[in-house]
Amino acid sequence: MSFSRRKFLVTSLKGAIGAALPISAFRLLSPAEARAVVGDASRRWVFLVDTTKCVGCGLCVKACKKENEVPYDAPVTRTWVERYVVTRDGQTHIDSPNGARDGFTDPRIDDQEIPAEEITKAFFVPKLCNQCENPACVQVCPVGATFQTRDGVVLVDRNWCIGCGYCIMACPYGVRFFHPVYKVAEKCTFCYHRISKGLESACVQACPFEARRMGDLRNMEDPVTQIIMNERIAVLKDEYGTKPQVFYIGLDARVR
Amino acid sequence: MKKHALKPLWVALTVIALVLLARYVMVPKDFGVNGRNFTYGFHRQSAINDWLVVPVKYKGKESCNECHDDKYAENLESRHRLLECENCHGPALEHPENPERLVIDLSRDLCLRCHSKLDYPNSPRGALPGIDPAEHNAGLACSECHNPHRPDLEDM
Ligand code: HEC
Ligand code: HEC
Ligand code: HEC
Ligand code: HEC
Repeated sequence: MSFSRRKFLVTSLKGAIGAALPISAFRLLSPAEARAVVGDASRRWVFLVDTTKCVGCGLCVKACKKENEVPYDAPVTRTWVERYVVTRDGQTHIDSPNGARDGFTDPRIDDQEIPAEEITKAFFVPKLCNQCENPACVQVCPVGATFQTRDGVVLVDRNWCIGCGYCIMACPYGVRFFHPVYKVAEKCTFCYHRISKGLESACVQACPFEARRMGDLRNMEDPVTQIIMNERIAVLKDEYGTKPQVFYIGLDARVR
Repeated sequence: MKKHALKPLWVALTVIALVLLARYVMVPKDFGVNGRNFTYGFHRQSAINDWLVVPVKYKGKESCNECHDDKYAENLESRHRLLECENCHGPALEHPENPERLVIDLSRDLCLRCHSKLDYPNSPRGALPGIDPAEHNAGLACSECHNPHRPDLEDM
């Protein structure tokens, strides 16, 4: 078989073009785009919950639902408050009726009377999205409909979400749910529309007791950052490695 | 090489080209790595804006002072000064244009969120002034006797 130089060149050229076609699916970033990607993350939103101050009034849950248009009577909520009552026999009684939307007004837990003298300690634990540094929910999204903003908040793109529910399963904290109206994944946004305007999030503003606060971890002068740096704090489910950014003061080992 | 042997290749290349074309048309132009990296920042840039334009509904206590300065002043010097007006009256929205008046919630449950007695040691809830709702003037609205804006017992 003879193989002329001409034929060799033509064949190589065709091969190169053929190979280049799929590669064109990738995009080359301009230097400006690349810089934007690395980003000047000048802010990192974090949350501080002081469980020693919470009285379980549930006004944060009410405010969150109304501010963020989460259907008020549907059994879903972006934030909720859990009650823990520990009795002498070492048992822990936990409840969160309606996510504590209407607070805790009844001393009974699951219809069980708990005599006051049996109680050794009791506390309320507000929960919300941890806006993890390494959010598992974002990793599993097959369509790029959930993402982390440069200032550290995980958002859902309602126009792009296909409602597959992977993220709801992936979240170790169970903070995601299916929005009954929009039929997409829904979660706490740290009230992104409020904090970006310099306002407090709805739950932080609603709390009369400063049990909920928000701050910027990049700003060393921020009082919340000061507390996170200088005081003894904890996070939920550290072992998952998602680096949660909601910090707790006075967190009990019984809280899961 | 025989031409017909290459036919499957052309078909495959055409399909690839069509898929790429469809992808080009259907994926929004601002879709890309807009955050920290591909894993966490691959999204539509304008999705951030969709969240920024959510209307603010809770306006905060200071905003009420302009028109309800009597209630505001009375409240600020009371034991209820820590409470947001909108905790009890609901979000202001565009009040007073829309709605013209805010909700007046006379239910006992509103107050019981904080004042239903829960005997919890080491909890600030146990330290709040508490009542047993079944015993304490059952059936009557709390504001029949207590001023919700200034509940201080010494003023009763
Ligand atoms: C720009 C002026 C203005 C501001 C600001 C304002 N209000 Fe009003 N509000 C009114 C007017 C006017 C009415 C109607 C009063 C009437 O008809 O008796 C009203 C009515 C109300 C009522 C119902 C009173 C009733 O008798 O039915 C409540 C409750 C109320 N406002 C609460 C608030 C709260 C809480 C805020 C702050 C978040 C607030 N308002 C801010 C002007 C204002
Ligand atoms: C603890 C709950 C609570 C808080 C906090 C609260 N209110 Fe009220 N407010 C009530 C209730 C209950 C009534 C109805 C009183 C009644 O009819 O006796 C009322 C009535 C009113 C009225 C109309 C009735 C009237 O007496 O003129 C206005 C206006 C009002 N509130 C404004 C405010 C403002 C402004 C604030 C914040 C400074 C505020 N409220 C905070 C519970 C609250
Ligand atoms: C018939 C009038 C009346 C009604 C209705 C009423 N109270 Fe009272 N309340 C009083 C009086 C009088 C006192 C002060 C004397 C006392 O401690 O019993 C008081 C005391 C209190 C105290 C202080 C208790 C303490 O130990 O410091 C709280 C808290 C309280 N009430 C909340 C409420 C709540 C919440 C409601 C509605 C569920 C309500 N009250 C309904 C008359 C009333
Ligand atoms: C968000 C929680 C919360 C809600 C809701 C609430 N209160 Fe209070 N209340 C407080 C706090 C905090 C105090 C002050 C306790 C203190 O100073 O030790 C207080 C004090 C009181 C007192 C006792 C004042 C005194 O001098 O000892 C009365 C009475 C009272 N509230 C009535 C009401 C009534 C009536 C309502 C419903 C309209 C209501 N509260 C709703 C948190 C609340």
